[in-house]
Amino acid sequence: MITAERKPMEEIFRSVEPFGKILLVGCNECVTVCHAGGRKEVAMLASALRMGRLKQGAPLTVDEMTLERQCDPEYAEELALVVDQYDAVCSMACGCGVQTVAERYQGLPVMPMVNTAFMGSSEKNGVWAERCAGCGNCVLGMTGGICPIARCSKRIFNGPCGGSSKGKCEISPDVDCAWQLIWDRLKQLGQTELYSQIMAPKDWRSARDGGPRRIVREDMAI
Amino acid sequence: MKSDSNLEKVLAAGHFAVTGELGPPRGANLQAIKDKATHLKGMVDAVNVTDNQTAVVRMASWAVSLVLREMGMEPNYQMVCRDRNRLAMQSDILGAAALGINTMLCLSGDHPSFGDHPQAANVHDIDSIQQIQMVTTMRDQGRFQGGAEIDTPPRMFVGAAANPFGDPFELRVLRLGKKVAAGADFIQTQCIYNMERFAEYMRQAVDMGLTEKTKVLAGVTPLKSAGMARYMAKKVPGMDVPDEVVKRIADQPKEKQAEEGIKLLCEQIEQLREMPGVAGIHLMAIEWEHRVPEIVERAGLLPRPQV
Repeated sequence: MITAERKPMEEIFRSVEPFGKILLVGCNECVTVCHAGGRKEVAMLASALRMGRLKQGAPLTVDEMTLERQCDPEYAEELALVVDQYDAVCSMACGCGVQTVAERYQGLPVMPMVNTAFMGSSEKNGVWAERCAGCGNCVLGMTGGICPIARCSKRIFNGPCGGSSKGKCEISPDVDCAWQLIWDRLKQLGQTELYSQIMAPKDWRSARDGGPRRIVREDMAI
Repeated sequence: MKSDSNLEKVLAAGHFAVTGELGPPRGANLQAIKDKATHLKGMVDAVNVTDNQTAVVRMASWAVSLVLREMGMEPNYQMVCRDRNRLAMQSDILGAAALGINTMLCLSGDHPSFGDHPQAANVHDIDSIQQIQMVTTMRDQGRFQGGAEIDTPPRMFVGAAANPFGDPFELRVLRLGKKVAAGADFIQTQCIYNMERFAEYMRQAVDMGLTEKTKVLAGVTPLKSAGMARYMAKKVPGMDVPDEVVKRIADQPKEKQAEEGIKLLCEQIEQLREMPGVAGIHLMAIEWEHRVPEIVERAGLLPRPQV
């Protein structure tokens, strides 16, 4: 999933300062799962904004709405009937959702209420961790199912570096060494011979380095 | 003076400046640098040394700059943001300054997809405007970008590039303004062929007061052939070569096209000397260094001032 965290309240108050009436829009997908921008978080932020602005003596009207999927133009269309009544849309979706809404409603400011963080998974309740860097050419089959790009601080392909200590990364004792994990898993799988191959320099064109990416599926065109 | 740069001195003394360009070799070939450089010595006030231009690997621009320094020339050390993060940039700047490089040019750099390693990761830790701020902060405040104090700051005369012909046109001068605000001491422009459009650009720059804060050197490149003119017109992004320019070269028989290119260039330089706000030219004679002495002679730019 795409993970996100709500922006600090101070920043949010600053960004809505010019407005008197906003539509606060959540998303029912990833940001709901990571508890950053679903229906519940929309309700909480809406009441915090109303109370805060009331205290400032500049009341703010906040209406709430949560779309099934904000990054999908079909769902973003649902805002069309009401959006004209507002000074701005404040989106609690990831950056994809914010941009989909902004592209559809060109004349309206669309303010982000969350910081989109990374593609990751839930480690335990309340903890999410980065798992995928979206490089466009998956190597997990070579690395015991653990990604050296997303999980090694130096994104080393032939690790571990000299900074690995007792299974932890040199940047922090809270960060696992990805190559320790890779090695442990390769041993478990009986695939240690994979380690002896020097992994070649990556072709970063399939990642963000090659420029903004698109997927075009001719077979899906209507 | 902010630096010991010959270019800074020439511009400060009010001379019409001339800079040249030298592309480093695709190998560890010292002689190739010296051969090219010999043609430029005494002909220009500073020589730009390109940094992996068009994203093709070449000898390091700081190394080639030092070779020019040793030959008694003033290198304009180019540095792109594509290949280095801010740590590498700042350490290279310190090394260059310590070894006598006084002038540098801050650039974004062409995207790796144009070059010989399209697979390469794209650094762009900072952009060219942030790079100008970084170098001028190092020089003027004696601080690294991270805030720590520098023991003996690098005394660089800091330049930036500008393309008057990219789109949207209304942003071209505004972006130039940002580079000036970031601290650019001088500007070298993209090759100019559309003189009218460049004159309009300069008019706006003068109106905004930018030419009082920075020195603009107008970029010029001799067209060697009709083929080159067509290539520049069609294939080089952000280049504006009017049809009549291409036609003028193409109308000549093949053996006279180079001569026509030089004639056109001399006429352009004449016009640029008269254009308000233009403080000099940047002559990019691409793989034509040996023709530079003839070009500057014919354009009436010799002798170069001793300052």
